Parts: sequence; structure tokens; C-alpha cells
Amino acid sequence: MSTLDTRPPALLGTSGQIFLAITLGVAVLVPALNLLLPPDSPFYIPTYVVSLLGKYLTYALLALSVDLIWGYVGILSLGHGAFFALGGYAMGMYLMRQIGTRGVYGDPVLPDFMVFLNWKELPWFWWGFDMFPYAALMVLFAPGVLALVFGWFAFRSRVTGVYLSIITQAMTFALLLAFFRNDMGFGGNNGLTDFKDILGFNIQSDGTRATLFALSALALAGGYVLCRFLVRSHFGKVLVAIRDAETRVRFTGYRAENYKLVAFVVSAMLAGIAGALYVPQVGIINPSEFSPANSIEIIVWVAVGGRGTLVGAALGAVLVNYAKTYFTSGLLAPYWLFMLGGLFVAVTLFLPKGIVGTFYEWREKRRPPPDEAAPPLAEPRPAE
Amino acid sequence: MSTTETLEPAPVDAIAKKDLTEALLYLDGVTVTFDGFRALNALSFTVDPGEMRAIIGPNGAGKTTMMDCITGKTRPDRGDVFFAGGTVDLTKLDETQICTLGIGRKFQKPTVFESHTVLDNLRLALKGQRSALPNIFRKETAEQRDRIDEIFETIKLTEHRGRLGGALSHGQKQWLEIGMLLAQDPKLLLVDEPVAGMTDAETAQTAELLREINANGHSVVVVEHDMTFVRDLGVRVMCLHEGSVLAEGTLDQVSANERVIEVYLGR
Repeated sequence: MSTLDTRPPALLGTSGQIFLAITLGVAVLVPALNLLLPPDSPFYIPTYVVSLLGKYLTYALLALSVDLIWGYVGILSLGHGAFFALGGYAMGMYLMRQIGTRGVYGDPVLPDFMVFLNWKELPWFWWGFDMFPYAALMVLFAPGVLALVFGWFAFRSRVTGVYLSIITQAMTFALLLAFFRNDMGFGGNNGLTDFKDILGFNIQSDGTRATLFALSALALAGGYVLCRFLVRSHFGKVLVAIRDAETRVRFTGYRAENYKLVAFVVSAMLAGIAGALYVPQVGIINPSEFSPANSIEIIVWVAVGGRGTLVGAALGAVLVNYAKTYFTSGLLAPYWLFMLGGLFVAVTLFLPKGIVGTFYEWREKRRPPPDEAAPPLAEPRPAE
Repeated sequence: MSTTETLEPAPVDAIAKKDLTEALLYLDGVTVTFDGFRALNALSFTVDPGEMRAIIGPNGAGKTTMMDCITGKTRPDRGDVFFAGGTVDLTKLDETQICTLGIGRKFQKPTVFESHTVLDNLRLALKGQRSALPNIFRKETAEQRDRIDEIFETIKLTEHRGRLGGALSHGQKQWLEIGMLLAQDPKLLLVDEPVAGMTDAETAQTAELLREINANGHSVVVVEHDMTFVRDLGVRVMCLHEGSVLAEGTLDQVSANERVIEVYLGR
């Protein structure tokens, strides 16, 4: 009897170590190249690029959160953009309150759009957002509570598969419509913008931008370690079992709905953190972040990188968004959506395991003893 | 092994009248209708603690529906399903609660976790913590490891422990699933067609395995078509037909029954 295979897989496999090294490396390197080098140096990274890269990193964290539930539990959420946007709005509300008298109307308490709407006092749900710790809590709490309530009903009613995907899509669409309304008190169509500073630091300054970038990289690294810790625990094994044979899991004595709910809430909170880091770097949050197309785009990132690999999801997010930045700024701009659609079709047809999944498969074939590669996806087979 | 006692013939009436409090499993007048089709028709029978029972019957006789009723997958329209001496009403509970009570089920189609290793399949099934949050921080104890090794010995898959569940042969999957049942340590095992698609040698080994499990104090209900296998088990046999018990007794008694020959065995 071999004792080798009773050893749990390492928290960080080879790919995980490489991933963390790169993430932590850029967390130091990019800010350093931006802050320490003179602008005429060939290695200088302009501040706008730092923010652009920072945006990619928040997308990578968002993709990671989707991979946790799609790759490991089989929950295809087509509404994850909603959790990202809610985290973003929570941060945006804090940033709005920091503007103070520097707004166009100079009201010390009310954000400009409220003055414009002739509101006399701050609505109750804006209370407390002048304090950063409260806002930070809301970044986790708002998406977490929505996921808890939504998931509690959906998973208890045993809504699965395409039906679940459809109602997640409906959820984000409903929020899109709600946030568009001026009466909601979240700035309507225009959303929240004109941010001035964060924790007392000028949000436009190089130092703040570089710090936000570094924090995004750290959040991505932390999110990866958390997901990896979860999926290799006994809890994570149950998640994969649910993905492959949910009925069997129930007949084995596990409450599948509770496992799904925990994973869904953790995933929503990670998406919320990603949104909160995204907003100060792009300088705006508006209802378009809730649009269903955004959520579908996240799925494309994960599919391209490799579902159920974590590293792949992050890689996919960065690659697709780099391509998006590249192609939407030139002659090809009008055709970007066709390219995105084409990419999804191509990946589904020719690279069904995504880039990293295909690489793992190739490595597996070359080297007989199995290591820390994620469990390959089996077709879900309903128990008879 | 106490096969001689279980082979004692007993008339159907005596069993039906048996006291509710003595039975491990007690079904009385269970009726299930699907779109007008009566899958179970006032089905009544009991299983004693420590008993092994084989159930035969033609396709559509209600064998799988009976298991669905016991394990909470289907709610009966009428009738009682009690467990553990009448203390628990199974019709009020869901699959997970029933499993936790100590009723394990093997499905007709072998259902193992295909992308987990054989070892992880057993780890997942092993009796223990089932709540989500504590399982995030769960550590495997030496006791649990020993128990898993024991089960591997029983189901003879020790050298396959590192392979993926999906990579096993059909017969090995059946054994793994039986091993997963054992790991749950249920009071009652419901085993649906365990030897379907097995070679003769595998079939004989499976009969041996189930007898061993039964000898260790687990009650077992086996649904099977394979008569050789049922004979190998050497236990009381019950023939279902159109949702109720047609005949019950030793295999010889049941297979000599005119009605059984007519509807199931053929002349």
C-alpha cells in the first residue's frame, strides 16, 4: 500500500508558485518602474498604464471568483457582474462622500447628483459611507447578502443548470434597471464619478495609483490562495462531487445546497472586492457594470484560460482584456464583439479545456505520476 | 454466518403481522402513482435488524420506486414507511436526513465521483462531519485512515486507490460504490442491481462481499435479476409484481410459485 497518494496535494503546486511569484513580482515591479524611473527612461511605465494593468488584475480576481463556482461546483453564473458592481458601488459611495465641498454644488454632505435632484438630506443607505471601515465592510456585505438570499432560494429549490444561469442573468438585469433610476439614489445613468481622494490621498496621484495597483495584485494573490485552500479541503472535494453527481452527494448525507451556498457567497465577496479595487482605478462606476453582456464576458475569460484551474481564469481575464484594449483602439474597433464571440466559439470547439487546462493535460501525458493538476471535468451524470 | 436461520420458510401472513417495533424497516400499504400508472400498489413488507433480503421481479414491478420511497426520493401517495422499530417516519424526511439516519443506497447505474480518486471517493463517503463550514478545516485522523484501509481490503481495490473513479472498470465501480456504502456505516444498505454487467467471477465475488457485509451486522436489501447471484446470496427472497409482493420465502419456494413463473421466470 502506498502512502504517497494519501498525502494531500500541496497548497501551491508548480503553477500556483509561478502564479504567485508573477503576481507578487508585478506588485513590486510595476509601481517601482512607475515611481522610481524618470519619464524618459525606456523602462518607465506611465501612470495610465499602471491603472490599466491594475484594472486587468481586478478582472483577474473577478474571473477567479467565477471559476470557484463554475469550475468547481458547476454553477454557471451569468450574473456575477452584479456582485462586482455592488462592491464597486460600495467603494464609489465612500469616494463620493470624500469629495465634500469640492463638488460642483459645494454641498458638504450631499453628492452633486442629489443636490441636482433637489434632495434635502442623505438617504439612510448612504449613512456611514463617509467612514472607510464601514464602506470596506459593505464591499463584502452587499454582494455577500445578495448572494446569500439569492442562493438560499435558488439552491434550496434545487434550481440547477441552465435555469440557474437564466435567473442569475435576470438578477443582474433587474439590478441594471434599478440602478438606472435616479430615485434609487445611486446617481442613475451617470453613476458615481468625479472622485477626489481615498483615505486622504489624491486619487489621481502617481503614488496612489501605484498603491492601488499593488493592492490589486495582493488581492489577486490572496484570492488565489483562498480559493486554492478551499478547493483542496474536504469541503472543496464535496464541491467537485456536487459538480459531477449532485444526487449521489445528497444520498451520501451532505446538504448540497449548503455547500453551494457557502461557495456562492465566498465567490460573490471576492467579486465585490474586485469591484471595490476597480472603481478607484477607473474613476467611475455606473449601471452599465450590471449589464448582462459584462457577466457573459467574464465567462469567456474563464473559458479561454481554462475552467476549473484558477490560474487559467486569471490568465484568461488578463489576456482577453489585453486583446480588448488592443483591438478596440484601432481600425478593428467596430469588430471587437465579433472577435469576442468568435473567440468563445473557437475555444469551445478547439480548446474546450482552455489554455491552462490543455497545458495540464499535455503535461499529464508527458509525466505519468499525477500531481496537483485540478481534477479533469467529467460530464455531470445524474444519479438514476 | 447465519444463513440457515434466514432460510427458514415463513408464510407471508406472519411477516405482515410482525410487530412494527421489531422491524428495522417497515412498509405498510405504500402506494405510488405516476400519471395514472400505479408503480407501487399497497406494498407491505418488513426487514428485520441484521437481515439480508433479495428482491426480484420483472421490469416495472416497482423495485426502484420502492427504494426511492425508502430513501426520500419519492413521496408515497399513501402508506407508512417506518425505520428503526417504528421510531422514524421516513416519508417526512429528505434524502440527506434519511442517509444520516443510517440508510445507504447503491444506485442501479454505478454512481461514483468520477473526477475524484478512488481514495477520495471513500473519504467523501466515510461516516463523519457532513456540515459545510467545519469541513473546510477538516483533517484526516489516523482512525479514519485505518477505516479506509480496512474498506479497501474488503472491496479489494487497494491498488487502485490513486486512480480516478471514472477510470475504473464497470465492476470496480460497482465495488467502489458498495465500499462507499460501507464507509457510511449504515444500518441498512439498499443495493440496486449490484452485479449488472459483471463477469461470472465478479458476480460470485460480489455475493461473497455482500454476505460478509451482512455478517458484520448490516441489514441489506438487494434488488437483482441474476438468479445465480440470488442463489449465491442464500437469503429470503421476495418477488414483486405490479407494485406489490407476489411471493416470499426461500428462492426455491418462490421460484416454484405458479404466479412467479407466469409473470417473471417464464415456463
